[in-house]
Amino acid sequence: MQPAVDLVWLVIALPLAGYALLQVFGKRIGEPAAGWIATLLVGAAFAVAVLASIDVVTGEAPHHTIHLFTWIPAIGVEASLLWDPLSTMMTLIVTGVGFLIHLYSVGYMHGEERFGRFFTYLNLFIASMLILVLADGFGLLFVGWELVGLSSYLLISFWFVKPVAAAAGKKAFVVNRIGDLGFLIALMLIFANFGTLAFAPVFERAPEVLTTGGATAITLLLLVGAAGKSAQIPLHVWLPDAMEGPTPVSALIHAATMVTAGVYLTARSGVLFELAPVSAAIVAVVGAATALMAATIAIAQRDIKRVLAYSTISQLGYMFMAVGAAAYVAGVFHLLTHAFFKALLFLGAGSVIHAVAGEQDMARMGGLRRVMPVTFVTMVVAWLAISGIPIFAGFWSKDEILAVLFGRGGWWLALWAVGLVTAALTAFYMSRMIYLTFFGQPRWDDGVHPHESPVTMTLPLVALGGLSLVGGLINTPFKPVLEHFLQPSFDLVEQAHIPEGITPWVLAAVSVAAGVVGIAYAARRYLGETRPDETGPVWELVEQGYRVDDLYGETLVIPGRKGAEALAFTADAKVVDGAVNGTGRLVQVFSTLLRPLQTGFARSYVLGIVAGTLGLVVWLLVRGAG
Amino acid sequence: MIVTPGWYLALAAVLFTIGAVGVLVRRNALVMFMAIELMLNSVNLTFVAAGRHLGLLEGQVSVLFVMVVAAAEVTVGLAIIVAVFRLRSTASVDALAEMKG
Repeated sequence: MQPAVDLVWLVIALPLAGYALLQVFGKRIGEPAAGWIATLLVGAAFAVAVLASIDVVTGEAPHHTIHLFTWIPAIGVEASLLWDPLSTMMTLIVTGVGFLIHLYSVGYMHGEERFGRFFTYLNLFIASMLILVLADGFGLLFVGWELVGLSSYLLISFWFVKPVAAAAGKKAFVVNRIGDLGFLIALMLIFANFGTLAFAPVFERAPEVLTTGGATAITLLLLVGAAGKSAQIPLHVWLPDAMEGPTPVSALIHAATMVTAGVYLTARSGVLFELAPVSAAIVAVVGAATALMAATIAIAQRDIKRVLAYSTISQLGYMFMAVGAAAYVAGVFHLLTHAFFKALLFLGAGSVIHAVAGEQDMARMGGLRRVMPVTFVTMVVAWLAISGIPIFAGFWSKDEILAVLFGRGGWWLALWAVGLVTAALTAFYMSRMIYLTFFGQPRWDDGVHPHESPVTMTLPLVALGGLSLVGGLINTPFKPVLEHFLQPSFDLVEQAHIPEGITPWVLAAVSVAAGVVGIAYAARRYLGETRPDETGPVWELVEQGYRVDDLYGETLVIPGRKGAEALAFTADAKVVDGAVNGTGRLVQVFSTLLRPLQTGFARSYVLGIVAGTLGLVVWLLVRGAG
Repeated sequence: MIVTPGWYLALAAVLFTIGAVGVLVRRNALVMFMAIELMLNSVNLTFVAAGRHLGLLEGQVSVLFVMVVAAAEVTVGLAIIVAVFRLRSTASVDALAEMKG
């Protein structure tokens, strides 16, 4: 089946072709054809990916390198794709979930003036993300990394007429740039040490080439990049604002795919993190802090999409904890299940927002379960999945992470405790969201007539609902299919595993109990007759995300602006402009001296010529004589 | 009396001086033009005289070139003078002093 693998480049080429086509003709093709073209191309990419994955899944040939072209001949950088279990899985997530979200967008973006342009960007994003996950080397990975940042920026500020959307896009771009700088320096260090950016030689030779210090430096810089892309502390501030983009974008980019790039990068570079235990521990601690902090903030949000945004940050924290603890399969497994249920939650939220005429405040929803049954049922599946209720997808992946953390013992137990508390908080805030949205009395405005969404929107909901229900079964302790499948990608690293014996079952019981407590407490609080009082200074502090934005504003943005002003109005206006103006004035002074020579009378010039000629003649004669 | 090349050169020098003084002292653009022509032709005279004296053809060739250039120059110059005259009703070069620095 070699030919199927050779077609992997098509997976990138199809959405890229869609992008090129829609970029040029998107407006002319218009609605809905542009949406269908984009959707079908991503669907075709998914089909090709499935076809090409057969060999990898059967385990016959788990590693393929597809050489595209020599990129930088001078230093021997090649552009090639890597088709191994990890990249296969990521490709299937990106194209599969991407296809469903494209389909959903055809319904969601109905009536949008720039309908074609939206799908242009969406296809660009899919192609970029595929470059990122398929790259066989840090160089090409970085290209994808930057391109997803660009498409994310374009889609967050898709409604750029709204100043908040434009500002949110800019913020996402700038914060990501900080992370990218770290990544770029890491790339340079890798190249300086290994003389190549390709994965295989770097990972194989890492133990002999790198010292612990070198590995720590590289991995910490990679962590900066990963934290920027995956919205981890301290670079998490852009993701909540990114919710200004259209909801399908939030589902695809800011929940299911792009934000997991940091987890992917860390898992892919596992060999390097293994050489730098300090960095790995920092990854886990950053993940734990982010998971806990974001979960508390999510509790206090009123905007349904912001709840989900903080929830995403929190769940990404889980994945960071896992990869930091060297449980790469567990982290990637949670990435997979999270892609299903969080995409579903966002799409469901989009369906709800669609139904109540663009309202995002949960205080103006309520009682929607009767009017939109499909959305309600699928959202309930996602809610139970993220809350870690058994059978549902999230249970298996979250439990595996917690079990591994517990199994590592020592101070990792503290991280396990944080994870457990976060699990309870997660169940609580998700229940709060579900109860406020679908239960209780209707609180929407007069004149709003909620309705179930069209079939293009409910179909992806149902598909993702199914995956959220059974998706976790591919990696259960009874039959760890995913773990066996991914093993070839992690051959070079020693992975942490869940403890033996009865312990995992006790841990599972404890974490399920935590989830149930969260749900039950939320039920007591939000299903009663009166709505709880959600005001006060503490509540507001949490609602505003502990005012981290204000902190950054005062410590970084304002001093930065002052510095820029100093440079602009002192260094530039006085020094640089002064030098230029001074030169001009000097010329003017000299020219004032010479100006009288130009009388404007032609005859005086003639006199000058004659006098000059005569002078020349006299000089020649005198010299000739001398 | 034998006419030596010195005579030709002397005549050319006299003509050239008359021309140069003419350009300097006259205000009428047309007259200045004629003075310039006089200067050019005095130079032509030295060319042919020297060419004949040295037995070379280059002297006459140079004269042909000078004539062609002078013809072209006159065409352009006269056009300018006519245009200026239409505009100002005068051909005096002293009236055209806008380019004073």
